[in-house]
Amino acid sequence: MTDLPPAICFAKVSKVFGGVKALQDVAFEVGQGEVHCLAGENGCGKSTLIKIITGVYQPEAGAEMALFGEELAAITPNLARQRGIAVIWQDLALFPEMTVAENIAFESLLGNRPRRVDHRALRAAAEAALARLEVSLDLDARLGTLPIAARQVVAIARALVSDARLIFMDEPTASLTQAETDALLAVVRTLSARGVAVVFVSHRLAEVLEISSRVTVLRDGRLVGVYPTEGMTQARLTELMTGKTLDHQVRARDTSGDPPVLEVEGLSRGNEFRDVTFTLRRGEVLGLTGLIGAGRTELSHVLFGMNRADAGMIRLEGRVLRMRSNRDAVAAGIAYVSEDRLALGLIQPQSISDNAVLAVLRRITGASGLLSPKRQEDLVAHWVRELAVKIGKPGDAVSTLSGGNQQRVVLAKWLATEPKVLILDCPTVGVDVGARAGIFRIVRELAAKGLAILLISDEVSEVHVNADRVLHMAGGRIVGEYDPRSTPLQDMEAAVYA
Amino acid sequence: MMDRLKQALGPEVPGLLGFLLLVVVVFGLTAPNFLTGANLGSIAFQLPELGILTLAMLIPIISGGFNLAIIYTANMAGLTLAYVLMQFGGAEAGIGPFVLGSVLALLVGAASGAAMGAVIAYIGAHPILVSLAMMIFLRGLGEFLTKGGDISGFPPYLATLGHGSVLGIPVPLILFGVCAVVWHILLTRTRHGFAARMVGSNLKATTYSGVHAKRTLVLIYTLSGVMCAIAGILMLSRFNSVRVGHGEALLLVTVLACFLGGVDPFGGFGRVAPVVIALVVLQVLSSGLNLLGANQHLSTAVWGLFLVGVMILRWGAERWKERKRGRG
Repeated sequence: MTDLPPAICFAKVSKVFGGVKALQDVAFEVGQGEVHCLAGENGCGKSTLIKIITGVYQPEAGAEMALFGEELAAITPNLARQRGIAVIWQDLALFPEMTVAENIAFESLLGNRPRRVDHRALRAAAEAALARLEVSLDLDARLGTLPIAARQVVAIARALVSDARLIFMDEPTASLTQAETDALLAVVRTLSARGVAVVFVSHRLAEVLEISSRVTVLRDGRLVGVYPTEGMTQARLTELMTGKTLDHQVRARDTSGDPPVLEVEGLSRGNEFRDVTFTLRRGEVLGLTGLIGAGRTELSHVLFGMNRADAGMIRLEGRVLRMRSNRDAVAAGIAYVSEDRLALGLIQPQSISDNAVLAVLRRITGASGLLSPKRQEDLVAHWVRELAVKIGKPGDAVSTLSGGNQQRVVLAKWLATEPKVLILDCPTVGVDVGARAGIFRIVRELAAKGLAILLISDEVSEVHVNADRVLHMAGGRIVGEYDPRSTPLQDMEAAVYA
Repeated sequence: MMDRLKQALGPEVPGLLGFLLLVVVVFGLTAPNFLTGANLGSIAFQLPELGILTLAMLIPIISGGFNLAIIYTANMAGLTLAYVLMQFGGAEAGIGPFVLGSVLALLVGAASGAAMGAVIAYIGAHPILVSLAMMIFLRGLGEFLTKGGDISGFPPYLATLGHGSVLGIPVPLILFGVCAVVWHILLTRTRHGFAARMVGSNLKATTYSGVHAKRTLVLIYTLSGVMCAIAGILMLSRFNSVRVGHGEALLLVTVLACFLGGVDPFGGFGRVAPVVIALVVLQVLSSGLNLLGANQHLSTAVWGLFLVGVMILRWGAERWKERKRGRG
C-alpha cells in the first residue's frame, strides 16, 4: 500500500462564502484502501471540504489538489466521479419505490436517448456489486421495505457499480443498532481489503474509531490535526473538535438518603428489555447509558405509558402505577422529552407559544370553559424567562429556533405540567456544544429543586459529568451501575463501548 | 386593538377583502342590475348552504384530513327529517314533528361523522378513503330508500326557515352567521379546536404531549357531520324537497372555498373569517357573471381561474416579503 500514491492529497484548501471563511488552509490526505475519519462539529467545514473534493465547489486560488497521484487544476463533479470518488450522504439519496437491483445499477438506466431496459444485465451488475461486498440481499425487494442498514449497503453497492475507489460516508451509524453497525463495519473491512478507501464523516465516532487508522479533525474551518486512532477516545476527540477542555468535574453526590420517587421492579417487555429494576430518588439525576439498541428508549416509552410492560411493576411515590396511555403518565407527574425532537418532541410548523402550552391546555382554560389567550401569553412569557429561551415572537413557528432553544421549549412544555419525574431521552441530539452546557445547567437546577430526573444518553461522558449515579444498559438488561465519583470516565467508556 | 383584530382574523383577510372590493366594483360598473337589492338578496339566500357545507369541510381539512361525504350526509339528514314529517302528515305536520325530525337529522349527521372519525382515528385509514367509502355508502343507501326520486310536500312554515327574513336579514344567512361564529370560537378558543390544529400538523407529536388525539379526531368528524345535518335541514326548507343528489356539485366548491380562504391543504392552519370572505367572493363572482348573461358553466370556469390566480398572488406576496426581509 505504501508505494501507491494517496487516493486524496489536498493542501492549502480555502473557501470563502460571502466573506465567511468556511475553510482556511486545510490539508487532507487519505491513502488508498485506508479507513479514515473526518471529524468536526456542525459547521466546521466538513461538508464544504467534501464538496470541494467532489467538484461541487471550487476552492480559492492556490489550492493543491491531487486524486490518486494525478495533479488536478480544477475538479468537476464528473471528473471526481470518473476518478472514483463517491459520497453516501446521510439521506442515502435512493429510490424507495424501486427494487434493490434497480437502485444499485441505477446509473446504467441513465442516458440521453430512450432505450429498452436490459433487466438481465441490470441484475447481473447488482449481483456482482453485492458479491464484492460479501452481502446477500433480495434483488427484487422494494427498497422502501428494507431496514436502514440494508439500504446503506445498497448505497455502497451503487457506488461500487460506478467503480468507486474512495467512498465518503456521512454519519453512517446515526440510526443503526449495534448489530447493524457491526455488519456495516464488516462491509467496510471488505472494501478496505479490496483497496477501496472509506472516509467516515461524523461527530460521533466511537463506533468507527476502532477500524479506522487515522482521524482528521476540523474546527471552525481550520485543520486541528491528523491523529492516529490508536488510543483515541470519544472524550479526547470531543475536546479536539470543540477546542474546549471539557468540564469533567463530576457533580455526583450521594442521594441514597433521599426519598424514592420512581421505583421500577422486574420490568420486562417482549424482546425489548428484561427484568429492569432501579430506584429514582427525589432530586436525583440518574444516568442511563448504553449503545443504540440496548433498549433505553423502549424502556422510557413504557415508563411514559406509551407501551405496556409484560411483567414487572412501576411505583410512583409508593403507589403502583397502572397506565393505559401516556395521558395517565402525564396526569401522574411523569414527563418525557423524546430523543426525536423533530418528529415527536415538537410540532415544528406550529408556534412556539402553542407548542409550549400543548401539554397544559386545561391550565389555560378560563372560568368560561374557553381557552384564555391572556393565560397562554402569561404562561409562555413565564417559561421563556425562566429557561432563558431566545425567541423572536411567541407566535413564530418553533422550527425557526436553533436546536438548543427548541429543546428549551420542549422542557418548558413539560415543566409546565409540574412533573415529579422527568425523563430526558438523549436531550442533546442536534444541540451545539455551547448550548448543551446550558441545557445541563437547567437539568441540575431542576434536580436541586427536587425533581427526579432520568437522563438517558449514548454519550458516556455526558452522564458521567451530569448524573449522580449511572446505570449501564446492554441487550435489554441493566448490566452495571457506576458511581461517577469512584469510577473514572475512561473505565466507564471502556465498559459501555466494549 | 388593530393588532388583536388582525390576529383574530388572520393575515389572509385584507387581501381577500381587496379582491371582493375589486369584483364588486367591476360588476357594479359592467352589470346593470348588480348593485340592486334583488341581486344582493339572492346572493344572501344562496350563500348559506354552500357556506355551512364549507364549514363542515373546514375542520377535517384543518385536522389534516378530508370529508368527501358532506353532501350525502347532509341529504341523509334531510331525508331523516322528511321521513319524520311524512309520518306526521306531510304538509299538515306541526312544529313538534319538525323539532323531533331535526334532532334525529342532527343525530344521523353526528353518527355518520363519528363513524368516519372512529375509523380514521383508531384504524389509521386515510381520511379520503374513509370518507369516500362513507359517501358511496350514503349515496347508495339514499337512492335505495328514495328509489332515486324526490320527497316533497312539507309544511308551509318551513318556508320561513328557507325564505324568510328577520329585520330584512334572510333567515338562512342568520343561521350561517351563527354557525360561522360558533366554528370560529371552536377553533380559536376551545381545547378541541386547539388540538385539531395540532393534530393537523403532527398527530404523533400531539399524542406524545399527552393529548387524546384520537378522541379529537372522532369529535372533529362528528362535528363536521352535525354541520352537514344543519345544511341538510336548510336545503330541505329552501327547495321544499329532498333528493339524495341535491347539491352534488357543491362538494368541490367547498374545498375551493377553504383553500381560497388560506386553509393549509396539508393541515394545521386555517381560520373561519377568511373562508367566509372567500365564499362571498365566489358567490358574487358567479352572480355577477350570471347577470352579464354568461353561461353558468363559464362561471364555474372562472372560479377555477380565480383559485389559480390567488395561488400565484400568494406566491408573489411571499417572494416579496422574503426579499424585503433579505434586505432588512
